[in-house]
Amino acid sequence: MTTYYTNEHEWISVDGDVGTVGITKFAAEKLGDVVFVELPDAGKQVKKEADMAVVESVKAASDVYAPVTGEVVESNGAIVDEPAKVNEDPEGAGWFVKIKLADKGQLSGLMDKAAYDAFCATQ
Amino acid sequence: MSEVLKKTPLHALHLRLAARMAEFGGYDMPIQYADGIMTEHKWTRTEAGLFDVSHMGPSFLSLPQLGGGDDAHRKVSALVEKLVPSDIAGLAPGKVQLTVLLNEDGGIIDDLMIGRPPREDQQGGLYIVVNAGTKENDFALIQKAAGSEAQLHRADDRALIAIQGPKAEQVIEGILPEAVGLTFMTFKQIKDTPYGNVIATRCGYTGEDGFEILVPAEHGEAFANRLLEDHRVKPIGLGARDSLRLEAGLCLYGHDLDTGKTPVEASLNWMISKPRRERADFPGAQKILGQLKDGVGAKRVGIRPLGRAPAREGTEVQSADGQTIGVVTSGGFGPTVNGPVAQGYVQTAFAKAGTPLKLIVRGKALEAEVATLPFVPARYKR
Repeated sequence: MTTYYTNEHEWISVDGDVGTVGITKFAAEKLGDVVFVELPDAGKQVKKEADMAVVESVKAASDVYAPVTGEVVESNGAIVDEPAKVNEDPEGAGWFVKIKLADKGQLSGLMDKAAYDAFCATQ
Repeated sequence: MSEVLKKTPLHALHLRLAARMAEFGGYDMPIQYADGIMTEHKWTRTEAGLFDVSHMGPSFLSLPQLGGGDDAHRKVSALVEKLVPSDIAGLAPGKVQLTVLLNEDGGIIDDLMIGRPPREDQQGGLYIVVNAGTKENDFALIQKAAGSEAQLHRADDRALIAIQGPKAEQVIEGILPEAVGLTFMTFKQIKDTPYGNVIATRCGYTGEDGFEILVPAEHGEAFANRLLEDHRVKPIGLGARDSLRLEAGLCLYGHDLDTGKTPVEASLNWMISKPRRERADFPGAQKILGQLKDGVGAKRVGIRPLGRAPAREGTEVQSADGQTIGVVTSGGFGPTVNGPVAQGYVQTAFAKAGTPLKLIVRGKALEAEVATLPFVPARYKR
């Protein structure tokens, strides 16, 4: 299982042809307390770099972008019921959706952990 | 951004407290501290929160000679009454009044606080506090209205520190005991404190009991530190200040109020005092008195989304049958309400509490209803 990162602060952890997607710890800290999450339903087609979900803090709403093109196979109802989970464990229990990748070749354009950490240091 | 941001006397303290800073009203201000908005908000509702509001515009309007009793007070009041619809002349000594500066069309230029000093030797002076983002224009307007009869002295270089919450009184009792006798919307000067001569006002913008204390800049940090030594006090940023004021049903200038709205449309009729209605001598009086008599097309109301999704500023408001009837002017999540809260303007036919509404959020119509303000009951010390 390999995890990749986007410059919009999403992560995708790929197992076979399915990737689990969420927002990074860096993003969750920047957002502050998450109070609302809107996720796409299973079956929805998402497109790389297009908005896929919405996450809202007390102050503001932010879009979450799909890191890859594909079909949503599962969304995490637990964070809809309990948005604070996104802050508690953004790169674990606070995952957003699982996407069946249309083109695994898209992953090569994403960052690995070291590259992402270096990117965050510039933000 | 090349603009150089102004700093309050507490700026270094915010940095030491690891605040997340951002621009507000031309100042570099703390948005939140380490605990985050949710925790800071709830702390203020249960304990006591310290807010740096030094970016606001405290000032004094003074006749050349202070003292002189009611006559002097009436004289200085007449100067500001050219700009506001409230009965400043009729304020009791020591009282402060929330009011609005109006343009000739009755539009709101700013909301502000005006106080009549309590002591005999201070009559002929007024304590005036305006908003940060509008203060340059406000100060110029007030000085212009006063002409050569009175001088406006800015005090916005000082530290203005709010302490808000149910424990605020107990905290202040140990630090500025003379302030504890104040009741809601009264103020006084307290001389020769360890923090110099200060002005304490029992007021705030959170819906909680509390004080706003104007302290000389050089004592600002020491005063704030003294408050923070108390385990009941935590620093609170502008993020929670906004969610607290929204739950309290209070207006944010530039969002809920602007020059395109009159106090009647803003549901602030109580600011238009009876003697001023009778005299019809404030800016936009004909229009405003007409609105008081005949009603307005749209007015400010509380809006409660019935789901979990917040409706932000600019959200379209529709009636149950889908016609556009208004817009959200501020909205977000209310940590004490534990749900989304908003206020906005809707056509008067739909302004009654309980009226079903739809909010168009990301293309979807979300259920909502008109709510009575405030969302959280005020706990002012009357």
